[in-house]
Amino acid sequence: MIALLLILIPLAGGLAGFAVKSASLGRTLGLLVSLATLALMLGLLGGFFPATQKSFFIDWLPQLGADFSLKMDGVAASLCLLTAFCFPVIIGSVKHTQYANANAFYSLLLLAYAGINLVFLAADGLLFYFGWELALIPVYFLCSKWGGEKRLQVTFKFFLYTFLGSLLMLAGLVYLYYHTADYSFSLDALYQAKLTPNQETVLFWLFFVAFAIKMPVFPFHTWQPDTYEQSATPVTMVLSALMVKMGLFGVVRWLLPLFPHASVQFADVVILLSVIGMIYASMLAMKQDDIKRLIAYSSIAHIGLMSAALFIHNASGIQGAMIQFFSHGVNVLGMWLVVEWIEQQTGTRKISELGGLAQKAPILTILLIIVALANIALPLTNAFVGELMMFNGLFKYNLIYAAVGGLSIILSAVYTLRMIQHVFYGEVKVATANVADVMGGLKWGLLLIIPVILVFGIYPTPMLNLVKDSVAFLLSLGK
Amino acid sequence: MNLILLAAVWGIVMMLSGLFIKKKENAVQLAFLGSLILAGGCFADLHEYAFIHSDFKGLLAYDKFSHLFLFIISIALILYIWLTGKEVVKVGNHPSEYFALLFFVMSGAGLVTLFNNLLILFLGIEILSIPLFILTGSDKRNLKSNEAALKYFLMGAFSTGILLLGIAFIYGATGSFQLVNYMMQGTEAAAIYHHIGLALILIALSFKVSAVPFHFWTPDVYDGAPTPFTSFMASIVKLAAFVGFAQLILNGFSSDSARIQSVVALLIAATLIIGNVAAVYQQSVKRMLAYSSIAQAGFMLMAVFASNDMARQGLLLYAAVYCLANIGIFAVLTKMKDYTYEGFNGLAAKNPFIAFCLTVFLMSLAGIPLTGGFFAKYFLLAAVVKVGGYLWLVITAVVFAAISVYYYFKVIQAMYFKPASDNSGLITAVGSSFKVGLLLAALLILLLGIFPYQLLLDVLTVY
Repeated sequence: MIALLLILIPLAGGLAGFAVKSASLGRTLGLLVSLATLALMLGLLGGFFPATQKSFFIDWLPQLGADFSLKMDGVAASLCLLTAFCFPVIIGSVKHTQYANANAFYSLLLLAYAGINLVFLAADGLLFYFGWELALIPVYFLCSKWGGEKRLQVTFKFFLYTFLGSLLMLAGLVYLYYHTADYSFSLDALYQAKLTPNQETVLFWLFFVAFAIKMPVFPFHTWQPDTYEQSATPVTMVLSALMVKMGLFGVVRWLLPLFPHASVQFADVVILLSVIGMIYASMLAMKQDDIKRLIAYSSIAHIGLMSAALFIHNASGIQGAMIQFFSHGVNVLGMWLVVEWIEQQTGTRKISELGGLAQKAPILTILLIIVALANIALPLTNAFVGELMMFNGLFKYNLIYAAVGGLSIILSAVYTLRMIQHVFYGEVKVATANVADVMGGLKWGLLLIIPVILVFGIYPTPMLNLVKDSVAFLLSLGK
Repeated sequence: MNLILLAAVWGIVMMLSGLFIKKKENAVQLAFLGSLILAGGCFADLHEYAFIHSDFKGLLAYDKFSHLFLFIISIALILYIWLTGKEVVKVGNHPSEYFALLFFVMSGAGLVTLFNNLLILFLGIEILSIPLFILTGSDKRNLKSNEAALKYFLMGAFSTGILLLGIAFIYGATGSFQLVNYMMQGTEAAAIYHHIGLALILIALSFKVSAVPFHFWTPDVYDGAPTPFTSFMASIVKLAAFVGFAQLILNGFSSDSARIQSVVALLIAATLIIGNVAAVYQQSVKRMLAYSSIAQAGFMLMAVFASNDMARQGLLLYAAVYCLANIGIFAVLTKMKDYTYEGFNGLAAKNPFIAFCLTVFLMSLAGIPLTGGFFAKYFLLAAVVKVGGYLWLVITAVVFAAISVYYYFKVIQAMYFKPASDNSGLITAVGSSFKVGLLLAALLILLLGIFPYQLLLDVLTVY
């Protein structure tokens, strides 16, 4: 039941938000809704509700073998927690005067929230597909309505790309459905589907393309930097902290268990693409002048590591990737909050036009540096644990991939530190002359993120335990 | 059966009423009453209350599927007259006659759905088409309307000729007009006649449902005809022709299905490719909708291709959803100042409610989940998958479904994200009854997108 509420509350809040006329009321509603879901989620993980609350089942279309069935396993729980943590921060960071029609803005954010949670919780193929699309539609409106000048074309490209991927997945899903024992979309029935090796290969790629576009994995990434750059920063936060996780989650819950043999067979191809993406994106990140594009490329590099780690089929790699889902979401959210503040204060995101922010905004600088160090995965930060485990896994799988991939860590230090150096230190420039220190929702958001970074950096055990069952399940496949 | 009778009778009533009715509004009201009666008749049919319990010595055949389909289009007719009736009477000086012709078309649709004999199919298609030739040309002073009517008439006459020839060949092969699953039998000559006849019938019906490469008349006719009648053609008439096509293959030629499938698969692929690609390049929304109807025909042909239970259910869903969406979109289109994409600029700011309903309709045509359009497409894709093989066809279909998003969302983009200009927006404010009608259509589409069985398809099994 709680699992259902995690979807229903944002959905209801989002729909109600359209009826609210005042923007500040819309913001309050958004905050209340997202805090309520956070409380539910914490209660669920803290053991205040019985474990049966983690799943939900009701008949939907029995004639088709599709049911409204939700199930929260370890990795889903970690991602729902991430979503529940991110949304209050994101909504809190947006001032109600910031955008025209701000109440529609909050409402669409909440609708996207409902869709994302549906993706993470769905234990039915058709329901999963519904969530996959329903998360996309509000984001389409968010990206098209608010953002940079080229947003319409860019969003269109993003939307068509993703939609094409998801339709290919749908075609694969229908094929799979007709290979289940009693024509059912339920997760377990799909896992048991009998496929010949050739069929498995075809279906593997149909699903993979959908997930690869979403993550994005090289060479399906071309929509990502433009979209991140053009959309309003709160929307970018949703895209990069949460929606890319839909792709990674799709691999964990659907791709690997559905096609265990093809996943092993083509692991090398996927890992190769991921490693290429890591290096390629890191190199591009070094060349960027726009901070948003820099973080966009850095995000591709980080995602590449996770997608590679998921396919190496050893405990260290998979577990590392799963806890990194959470860490990456939190860290990238922190980076975007800083970008948002810089843009609000200076009106620019160009590194070359910025400088000397440390003198003007000392608190922001301290907060940023912690987040940035987490982005580089320094020890004591949350990302360190995950990256160490993933590289450990990659190392066991193939030395060359580990060595080449490892370069991306060095490169990430290069571009992140270069950005800090040019933006926060050095001469104060025209754009940065009248900057005030971070305040309001953005400051609170950053202050919330720092403890998460440190706590999970020093004591990652709770997170490791949370995803343990999912790791064990994935390792049991193909045996 | 009720529909055929009632529609014919009400057509005559409408025609005679032209003598007495002075105000145009009264003609709309009378037509609306007629559509309600029709729907009542279809509802009674679903429960097996009919005026005449006869199959006319096997000329007609009744089943749940046909009755449900006729009920769907009678509901669509109610909505059509509700939303577009006032525009119909503005086309010219003969309001009652227009409605009379529309009712005759409904009668033809009934024959096309219930036929069990090739001659009845022929008769149905003629009754379906001839009133439309007149309606297409009803805007007499408009050159485009005249051109469209002539084109439609010539093409229609041509394809009818082919259909008749095909029927003659089948008669030559079997010695009967009845639909009794023509098995190939007898001499070699009979087999050849059978094949030629089948090929000719396929071509003729492809003309009627505007499948590529027999689609050339569609954009010009849809564009040239007065918009209210385009709406009717693109929704109810189109679906009736499809149901006729599907019924013919299922009831008459299922023993040939493997051979038909290989041909129809090519037709589907060509229709999807040409329809979608051409739609992308259109400047006018009306023309885009014409090409989109070709593209949608590609999907609907899958029902002809697969001819299984899934396909029939899919066709019913498609009928409901596609009629609702198209009637809604065209109804709004008749109120627009300008038919180009720019005409829709900034509509959401001025008329948020209408923009929202249009968004639902367009998303449904694009097949986005939570709208009925998703399940309509889903059922037909699943039907193809169920047949087995033909993975390439499914992939082609989904790729072009993704492309179709491009032109449907261009309208949404214009409405929501572009600033209004002088010649964009509605001509006049719309009344509240119009809005209620739109809302009803949008709600039905959304509900069909969540509960397709509970709302519609369960009827097939329950009664």
